[in-house]
Amino acid sequence: MSNDRNGSSDDPIDRLRREDPQPEAPANPGMKAVGGVAGWLDDRTGAAKPVGYLMKKVFPDHWSFMLGEVAMYSMIICLISGTFLTFWFVPSAGQVVYDGSYLPLRGVTVSEAYRSTVDISFDIRGGLLIRQIHHWAALMFIVALSVHMLRVFFTGAFRKPREINWVIGCILSMLALVEGFAGYSLPDDLLSGTGLRAAEGFMRSVPVLGSYMSYFLFDGAFPGEAIIPRLYSVHVLLLPAILVGLFVAHIGLVFIHKHTQYPGPGKTNDNVVGFPVMPVYAAKAGGFFFIVFGVLALIAALVTINPIWAYGPYDPSPVTAGSQPDWYMGFADGALRLLPGWLEFTAFGFTFSFNVMIGAILLIPVMYGLMAAYPFLERWVTGDDREHHLLDRPRNNPTRTGLGMAALTMYGVLMFAAGNDIMAIKLGLSINDITHILRAAFFVAPPIAFWVTKRICLSLQRRDRDLVLHGRETGRIVRTADGQFFEQHEPLDEYTRWLLVQHDKQEPLQLTAGVDEHGVASPTARKDKLRVALSEFYFKDRIDPVTPAELAAAHHDGHALEAIEEAPHEEASRPALESSHRKPRKRP
Amino acid sequence: MNALAARRRHPAAIALLILLGLVVTGVAYATFAPKQADAATASASSVQDGKKLFLANCATCHGLQAQGTKAGPSLAGVGAAAVDFQMGTGRMPLAAPGVQAPQKRVQFSDDEIASVAAYIASLAPGPTVPDSDVSSGQGGNVAKGAELFRVNCAMCHNFAGSGGALTRGKYAPSLRDVEGKHIYEAMVTGPQSMPVFSDTNIAPESKNDIVAYLHSVDKQENVGGMALGNLGPVSEGLFVWVFGLGIMVAFAVWLGKKAA
Amino acid sequence: MSENGTPHGEVVGTGSNGYGASAVRLDQGHIEGTGGLPERFENPGLPPHVARMADLDEKAAKRAEKQVATLFGLSSLATVGFIIAFFAIDKESSTYIPGIGDASLYNVVIGVLMAVALLGVGVGAVHWAKTLMPDAESVEYRHPQRAKDEDRQRVVSELTAGGDKAQLGRRPLIKYSLLGALALPPITLVVPLVAGLGPVPKDALSKTIWKKGDRLVRDPERTPIRADQVTIGSVFHVLPESIKDSEHVLEDKAKAAVLLMRLNPEDIKPKKERDWGHEGIVAYSKICTHVGCPVGLYEQQTHHLLCPCHQSTFDVTQDCKVIFGPAKRPLPQLKITVDSEGYLVADSAFREAVGPSFWERGSA
Repeated sequence: MSNDRNGSSDDPIDRLRREDPQPEAPANPGMKAVGGVAGWLDDRTGAAKPVGYLMKKVFPDHWSFMLGEVAMYSMIICLISGTFLTFWFVPSAGQVVYDGSYLPLRGVTVSEAYRSTVDISFDIRGGLLIRQIHHWAALMFIVALSVHMLRVFFTGAFRKPREINWVIGCILSMLALVEGFAGYSLPDDLLSGTGLRAAEGFMRSVPVLGSYMSYFLFDGAFPGEAIIPRLYSVHVLLLPAILVGLFVAHIGLVFIHKHTQYPGPGKTNDNVVGFPVMPVYAAKAGGFFFIVFGVLALIAALVTINPIWAYGPYDPSPVTAGSQPDWYMGFADGALRLLPGWLEFTAFGFTFSFNVMIGAILLIPVMYGLMAAYPFLERWVTGDDREHHLLDRPRNNPTRTGLGMAALTMYGVLMFAAGNDIMAIKLGLSINDITHILRAAFFVAPPIAFWVTKRICLSLQRRDRDLVLHGRETGRIVRTADGQFFEQHEPLDEYTRWLLVQHDKQEPLQLTAGVDEHGVASPTARKDKLRVALSEFYFKDRIDPVTPAELAAAHHDGHALEAIEEAPHEEASRPALESSHRKPRKRP
Repeated sequence: MNALAARRRHPAAIALLILLGLVVTGVAYATFAPKQADAATASASSVQDGKKLFLANCATCHGLQAQGTKAGPSLAGVGAAAVDFQMGTGRMPLAAPGVQAPQKRVQFSDDEIASVAAYIASLAPGPTVPDSDVSSGQGGNVAKGAELFRVNCAMCHNFAGSGGALTRGKYAPSLRDVEGKHIYEAMVTGPQSMPVFSDTNIAPESKNDIVAYLHSVDKQENVGGMALGNLGPVSEGLFVWVFGLGIMVAFAVWLGKKAA
Repeated sequence: MSENGTPHGEVVGTGSNGYGASAVRLDQGHIEGTGGLPERFENPGLPPHVARMADLDEKAAKRAEKQVATLFGLSSLATVGFIIAFFAIDKESSTYIPGIGDASLYNVVIGVLMAVALLGVGVGAVHWAKTLMPDAESVEYRHPQRAKDEDRQRVVSELTAGGDKAQLGRRPLIKYSLLGALALPPITLVVPLVAGLGPVPKDALSKTIWKKGDRLVRDPERTPIRADQVTIGSVFHVLPESIKDSEHVLEDKAKAAVLLMRLNPEDIKPKKERDWGHEGIVAYSKICTHVGCPVGLYEQQTHHLLCPCHQSTFDVTQDCKVIFGPAKRPLPQLKITVDSEGYLVADSAFREAVGPSFWERGSA
């Protein structure tokens, strides 16, 4: 092999080397400062290209896009504060006598986990603050990721190509619940012990395996000494690792897909309009981390969370009024409060505890399963195979918005049910009445929510049409020469108007033929019919955006518009005419 | 109608709508809430001794001989402690029949209550008003009281004595800032839904420990900040949704808005 | 359902723009029909840029700069304050703070200073970005997510070729044994994990430490109870006396906790309940038959027992039958009697499993 760089060897390996760029001596001496460390790194990693690309990456600005960041930062804050707590927390159920500085517990036999948590709260400097930051951040994490999910759902951001990321998000959200519950159980105070007690009851309800699951998990009889250390390793090692891994994939996919954006002038399905990472988003997103951390620190400084010293140590005999899980497990706890007892029965000598199993074991996987499946269901129903990077305004997709609100209502009923005792005492109501009402509401409220939401969406769309066609009401009343009064309307400028007309017309699927050319019924005919029926359900009562022709007609007079709208063209839109011209329309 | 329609985009319209929603909620609540009638104050100005006071204020429900009627239980054997508790916390006389006698403003002086108590105690023996050395909490063992409280009381009254719900609109009242004497009396007499914790169940010294614990809770500083009513995860969840999320969204809106 | 396959039963979109086909540029107005007007409005493009005060007026920019610097400075000051407060303030000291009441001065002060230190950086950075960094929107273009057809083709053909070179198709023996070899080894981890987790319950869930002759003792004092000490309307939280010899106190307590109540014997409806009690004194398991919370809320007037976790309500006058809530089964009764000294004792162990239901409960 030749070391002569200027040699004329035809060996391809040498040629490659000769053509390698020379790392030393940057062209521009002014760049030397940057070239120093960065150049050293790039020599060894070749990171300049991807980093340069990332720095130019554009993020759209909208407050609702920050919800995911609140969740992300809350999670990071949980990791930071949690690491702090692990230095003092002792994950052991071994019994010791408390002799720390909190008087009402002196001399009481408690577990090491409980004692160390009380010590963190009273004897470690700053320990209480960090503990409260950790717990508030955990609650905030799940609040923010839930609201983030709602934002993604209602704006249709889960559509192609982002279905995988939606599914990852669903798994993240579900694991966050488990992670939260594990953390809530660790201090071994009266409340968390009661929670574990109930969890043991949940496990027992599983057919065939229930009692084995309980014995395996608790290493024998409840409570045992194994559950605290086991939950600890799940809480600080296993689940955080999975959460961080999924979260990196989640963010990675956001980078690959580029962020969605709300519709508006200049924004198309083919571009992202916003601000580059360097410098704007580096400052905004970086600053926002400190803001989230600061707000959580402020809350932790001023508001108590989970005063375990007041609950006392866990003991299977006592219990406190108002035994609830943290809010994110509330819906499952509420389901357990609403499920009637007759769902438990014995058959063939075995006990079927559906009164427990439905709420405690099935609810969470079923709920997350449906959520994760929704993008695929919607795509199947709409037949929409395009990529979507522009978000839907929730009103422009009334059926999805309605379905989302119905599901949210159902969830809300369950969550309120978990607080039925607190509601009873704070509002002076009967706990029995509240439970009966919520049982009924679980079935009645979601359809009502669907219908009301859909109607509101359709009304908002009509209002948009009205605005586009007739402009803004100025409030100025003009009297014409012949004595007529009318209010002056100011036409919208094209930027404002674009937001109201940018969306697509929606069409249901149609069945081309149920039989093949030989007249034999298609094997998939039933599935197709279902698909068409669902599609019809999804798209009925749609309202189309105003077309230029309609606007032009509205500017001339109402009659021309009416003529266009009467054409057997779309069921669509009631024309938003002055009341004198308005007449009911029939569906074609 | 048109005038209304024209104003529906007025900035005040949303505020008006929220107000309307609140009013509707309030009316619905008032319709469904268990009824509470106006407090009718008993006039007791000229009554001199317990019996007279009793006849004037209590006999309507409890009967002329305190033998009980459909409206109120017999008071034979309830003892002076029951009278002192019920009247001393304002629960009696009852303002109106309801699921439970609520605590309200005390309507009689200490002397008047003492004379009624003496009258009731004279009918049949019953628990007496406790001595202050077992009911003031003085010298009680707070840690032991806390343990007894968790086993015997916390399931109804909540871990911090904040109170809790019972069936059909009944409730265990809050024990915050309640006199030790009244806590003791409630234990020995078992007012309303509350079971009796007689001295053979929880010894007087142990009761003193419980009072000592409750007083220590009253006096205790809020170590971690606002206690949110000591109601547990429900109020924490509500707080994080309303204030936590609210503050975060406010910052996010500011962040996403173009500067002036 | 293939997109372009079978002629029958095909579901297609009816959209004029070929709904469900290729990606459509939303900003392309199609000129067709309706009297020369486009079918859709056209995207007007980005609105004209509005300059900020700091862009136009150097004074405003200077002001913004000062604000940002102040916020950053405040943050540093708060950090210094935090360090001082951390060591200077007595951990035990308590102060009246409006809106909170008496609170730990230490926690509030270091928490607020920490918050100021963090918010100072955060708010300062965002304010900087908003007021002084460029605020003209940038536009980045997207490309369809899918790779080019030739790339997709190449990957597929390389995969196939790789399989061919490895002779995967021609050597079925390897193919199938490989599947097994990949699928099975994880079992070597799962088996020890599951088997090592815990013991098999056997009949442990159906048994408590109660046995005939075991005295009922108060929880937590563990003193025995004489029948004449239990007055009507009272409730005792009870454990078996044998708990003092237990090696697994919490585990045994979790099953053996019992509630002792005395009712007027006439109020007790079922004969069995009266017989299993003693002069109106009855003992029931305190562990809820729903998911196992202690059912401690006894209303002495209605004789209802309420569980604070999920509000199952049991009627003590009807052998603790469930009258409300999610539980199904009544609380198991402990048969009691008095011993020669007048103390309450268990007359037998529990006759059925206490606590939440489980699959093989009936056969136990």
